[in-house]
Amino acid sequence: MDNNKFIISVSPHVKSEESVSKIMWTVTATLLPAFVMGLYYFGPQALFVTLLCIIGSMLSEYFVQKLAGKEISLKDGSAVLTGLLLGMNMPSSVPFYIPLLSSFVAVAITKQLFGGLGYNVFNPALMGRAFALITWPRSMTTWAEPIANFTGMDAKTTATPLGILKEQGLDKLIEVFGSKMHLYSELFLGHRAGSIGETSVIAILIGVAILLLRGYITLRIPATFLVSVAAGAWAFGGKQGIFTGDPLVHILSGGLMLGAFYMATDYVTCPTTKKGQVLFGAGCGLLTILIRLKAGYPEGVMFAILIMNCFTPLIDRGFRTKVFGAKA
Amino acid sequence: MSFTTFPLGGIHPPERKELAAAVSIEAMPNPQRVVIPLSQHIGAPCKASVEVGQEVKVGQVIGNPEGFVSAVVHATISGKVAAFESVLMPIGRMVPAVVIEKPSNRPDDAWQPEEDDKSYLERSPDELKGRIKAAGIVGMGGATFPTHVKISPPKEKPIDAVIINGAECEPYLSADHRVMLETPEPVIEGLKILMTILGVTKGYVGIEANKPDAIAKMIEAAKGSNIEVRTLQIKYPQGAEKMLIKSILNREVPAGGLPMDVSVVVQNVGTAYAVYEACRFGKPLIERVVSVTGGGINKPKNLRVKLGTPVSQLIETCGGLKSTAGKIISGGPMMGFAFYDLNTPVIKGTSGITVLEDKDATGSGKFYNCIRCGRCVDACPMGLMPLMLSLYSEKAHYADAKDYRLFDCFECGCCTYVCPAKRPIVQQIKLAKTQVKP
Repeated sequence: MDNNKFIISVSPHVKSEESVSKIMWTVTATLLPAFVMGLYYFGPQALFVTLLCIIGSMLSEYFVQKLAGKEISLKDGSAVLTGLLLGMNMPSSVPFYIPLLSSFVAVAITKQLFGGLGYNVFNPALMGRAFALITWPRSMTTWAEPIANFTGMDAKTTATPLGILKEQGLDKLIEVFGSKMHLYSELFLGHRAGSIGETSVIAILIGVAILLLRGYITLRIPATFLVSVAAGAWAFGGKQGIFTGDPLVHILSGGLMLGAFYMATDYVTCPTTKKGQVLFGAGCGLLTILIRLKAGYPEGVMFAILIMNCFTPLIDRGFRTKVFGAKA
Repeated sequence: MSFTTFPLGGIHPPERKELAAAVSIEAMPNPQRVVIPLSQHIGAPCKASVEVGQEVKVGQVIGNPEGFVSAVVHATISGKVAAFESVLMPIGRMVPAVVIEKPSNRPDDAWQPEEDDKSYLERSPDELKGRIKAAGIVGMGGATFPTHVKISPPKEKPIDAVIINGAECEPYLSADHRVMLETPEPVIEGLKILMTILGVTKGYVGIEANKPDAIAKMIEAAKGSNIEVRTLQIKYPQGAEKMLIKSILNREVPAGGLPMDVSVVVQNVGTAYAVYEACRFGKPLIERVVSVTGGGINKPKNLRVKLGTPVSQLIETCGGLKSTAGKIISGGPMMGFAFYDLNTPVIKGTSGITVLEDKDATGSGKFYNCIRCGRCVDACPMGLMPLMLSLYSEKAHYADAKDYRLFDCFECGCCTYVCPAKRPIVQQIKLAKTQVKP
């Protein structure tokens, strides 16, 4: 009997069909509804910005790996995903060098210089965006107005809802959008100023549904994130004392949906245990609302997640799983 | 319908039980030549009690235990001791073995019972234990722990329940399924003997829900006794002792502990069957049922095989390998060992031969960085963090791995099955275990 043709290896001899690249490409695909809505609202310029981010990410990955003599891992899809997320987190009106340089910071510095996929401490896309926001604050907060809308209502404004909320209050925001219900529905559909892929809550939720159904993410982080933002907004976000804030406006605005479901749940930079994830999500939410209400920026999701990323190793250390048979 | 199961982790790989589950057990013709390892148990190998050239009869003792956790070894066919040799076991260990050959012109010599003790249940525990010890019975699920040791717990650990493990949660395998289906009474009688020995009034049989016919037969056979047959949820590793005890009795074996720490003894189906034969007929453990199955074998079967028969003969009896065969495993695909030599003999712990097709067989190929997705944490039935064990082992930080409860891992492979980065987590854990003291 010819023994040489058989595979010799250790158990288990069967493995699931899941793979890193399958996960990355699937997550990328689930972002497409929100991205398409971004194109619809912000036009060809949005496509241009996002493509620059994706190309910049891929080139950064390629060159660092080439220089380091490592295997090129573009096939796994993680660089494309980072580029897409970064693009979706930028205003459509930024000059071309911002996407390129930010994606370099995201992929080359934040990810590859820390050891590549799996070893990065910070979410690469958010790090790229943070770099851009701090370096070019004006470009990164100059918003294009939506060029299209579903409802026929003209909500033209180049300030983001959170910007108006912060500067002029809820009454002004409702005034701009006509009525409270209309404000909610416009936020839900995405017909407002903001980053390319963050405005349409419904489109983001379509992608999220797929991720949840496939078990790629759980609700632990996003749910605690949203709940703590809502609780903070309700308690401290109102002008008439505590418990008078409008939690829904905060939930539907800014980059919260995209951040809670796509950024905070990044496997590499969030904790791995259930308890740790709950704590992480809650921490993200509280920091977000703290920044939104009390700090200089109207938007706080990005910094909140990046700060919590720092705590991930500590949380993983402190909140280990309970081992079967171990004393509680 | 939901059945009892353990709370943490577990996976459900494709079962592929249909290949052999419906095929009745068939007695395989005796081989002309058997290679009988003197170590078919954990613990020190036996010392041979025969010499080259000596005639031996089937059932005769050929090796006596040297250590406490070893079990006597018998001749499985009649013939002449042809040689002593070292044989390479699937786990990669060389083990001394006795080779017995039978001239081809001589008729087969079947084992004949010298007695039929119908009132075996009235014998004293010590006497029954003596028969089990003399029969050389070990755990036949694969762990090969000597049964007479397992049923002799120290006085300070009283036992109040015996569980027969009929879960057979490994994909493909169906030997236990067929034994329960075709010979339910002997298995139940074996359990009754174990209960008598341990002075226990409550017995359980745990069977996964994918064997409804066996469950029905076993319930029938257990009627009128203190034995309860439990249907378990189909989930790997349901058949791991600790998981089984949690599922059936909701008791949690302490970390680092043994089933007897929660007053339980667990025995495999095949073991219970062998216990019955030993206590009633004085039959030594010379044969066992082996599933020969998988997409790469022509006619999957369940065979009753004489111990010491080379695996290649089992494969021939099952119509040979298909050209698509890619990997041959001793046991099931989750915890079994890949063969590198098909002359390896069937031993007491060989529950199956699984022949995977090339397309289904994964090697320990290239692996990627851990992306910390946490799938291994969710899959671990022990509540461990396999990713940390894997990462620390990869970086040779073995002491840190120990800090993450390295030694609580029983190597079921769930983590490695689910890992999208295809990391050899179990392999890394095994390595770490060899590098630090418990």
